Amino acid sequence: MTTPVWVQLVYLGCAICFILALKGLSSPRSARAGNLVGAVGAVAACVVVFFYAGIDNLVPILVAVAVGLVVGVVGARRVQMTQMPQLVALFNGVGGGAAALVALLELGELAGVSEGGFALAATAFTIGVGAISFAGSLVTFAKLQDLMTSRPVVFPGLPVVFGAALLGALALAVATVVEPALWPGVVLAVVGLGLGVLLVLPVGGADVPIVISLLNAFTGLTVAAGGYVLDNTVLLVAGTLVGASGTFLTKLMAAAMGRSVVNILFGALKGGSTLGAGQASDRPVRSAGPEDVAILLNYAHRVIIVPGYGLAVAQAQHTLRELVDVLGDRGVAVDYAIHPVAGRMPGHMNVLLAEAQVPYEQLKEMDDINGDFKQTDVVLVVGANDVVNPAAKSTPGAPIYGMPILNADEAQQIIFLKRSMRPGFAGIENELLFDPKTTLLFGDAKDSLGKLLSSVKAL
Amino acid sequence: MSEPVVWLTIFVLSVFVGVEVISKVSSTLHTPLMSGANAIHGIILLGAILVAGHAESVWALVVGLVAVVLATVNMVGGFVVTDRMLQMFTRRKPRPAVESVETRSRQDGAPR
Repeated sequence: MTTPVWVQLVYLGCAICFILALKGLSSPRSARAGNLVGAVGAVAACVVVFFYAGIDNLVPILVAVAVGLVVGVVGARRVQMTQMPQLVALFNGVGGGAAALVALLELGELAGVSEGGFALAATAFTIGVGAISFAGSLVTFAKLQDLMTSRPVVFPGLPVVFGAALLGALALAVATVVEPALWPGVVLAVVGLGLGVLLVLPVGGADVPIVISLLNAFTGLTVAAGGYVLDNTVLLVAGTLVGASGTFLTKLMAAAMGRSVVNILFGALKGGSTLGAGQASDRPVRSAGPEDVAILLNYAHRVIIVPGYGLAVAQAQHTLRELVDVLGDRGVAVDYAIHPVAGRMPGHMNVLLAEAQVPYEQLKEMDDINGDFKQTDVVLVVGANDVVNPAAKSTPGAPIYGMPILNADEAQQIIFLKRSMRPGFAGIENELLFDPKTTLLFGDAKDSLGKLLSSVKAL
Repeated sequence: MSEPVVWLTIFVLSVFVGVEVISKVSSTLHTPLMSGANAIHGIILLGAILVAGHAESVWALVVGLVAVVLATVNMVGGFVVTDRMLQMFTRRKPRPAVESVETRSRQDGAPR
């Protein structure tokens, strides 16, 4: 099947759309338009195929598209903004799964006619990596959705099993190229599923978003290889763009957390960094009631809020904004300090606070505000923990060592709103909680903020 | 027809473009960018339609249709959720918020 020139030109236009989309998405002003351009390109490419490729089974295909459309739109519209990371993981996973299925079917065709080895190698790559991406993404989904523990899961011999599975996958891939047949491809897909699970199991909860980004890049490369198999340039270009930018983005994210990708994937296997005990400590802390905390806040000159995932889980963004508004009226200077990985993914917290209509100017990035903590009277930490944990600077053995943190420990007073003494997402204890400058207000973030709000108003 | 070197050329050039276009992204946009890139690889839908459209057995058709459904979810869901995220960035109304704070603080300030 040769592709007509006009179709190739349309594909070129679509590829340009994708480049412009990625370009647009890297700047806040053009991001939304960029996303739209990408969508137009993708839809155009998929519509064109019906006009030249002699597609049979038109009705079932359109029904399948309609089903996917409904599921995708409803899922994307209904999801809570806090659950967005796992939804992206899920979308990525099904994309990888689709690519693996496409390659399996293509392998069934190629098995009859012996074609070049390159196409078969690309087919094997698509099957194996697509399956890894599918299974791995499902495990990240389960971890983020609390369907399973978010701590690293390691069992003795995991590296051996992983290594054996990897070698087995390579052998199967070679077998597929040498002796094209469907069955090694199917077995390869199954082994790929196992590899995906084994790859993600040892990754700790805090690092999962980076793994999502990595698997996203995997799926991109899978789609690129699929493009080569199907003789389709737009798949090749789009997949490669995503693979390359996804890999680079993974590096950027890891750098924002002061981690290396290798360490994230295989750190838990080395056994050195067991991520803390994960139990509530019974060391003494100082706690106070909302009235006392309200007084601290009300008579401060400068307050910095450190919001974390706990804030989002409690859906307390709106109450927090009200509290900040009241304090602002009383002449207190209040800013929000946004850690690059506050929430669960880089930029997640900005999205959540923007949803609560917090004015953009009050959101300060870490590097811009870290110098201000010394002159700050009160830091209010709401549902965050790891991003202010001084262990990142002082304890070389800690799993988060080297991660840039907000210098909350330099302020005059630190107030934590916490539900319990349980450690944060990374599972390690926070020395700052036991600091003499620290006061804890226990309770659900929304409750606590509500009480604080009424106490401040009453003053 | 498919000359591997031509494909390799396209691949390598695309790698450079892919890295280059996002090299200056701010960390605020990491999440939407990842989600947008995720939607773009939903283009595998095109491949799924091709194989489903050329399926010669019922078995192949069923697998192809599953691929179509999965790929559509990836593509459509990806673009919609990215748009939702980005909507959050643009829908901030700094004007009214700032004004009301100003007027209120002025009223506060006057009696003091």
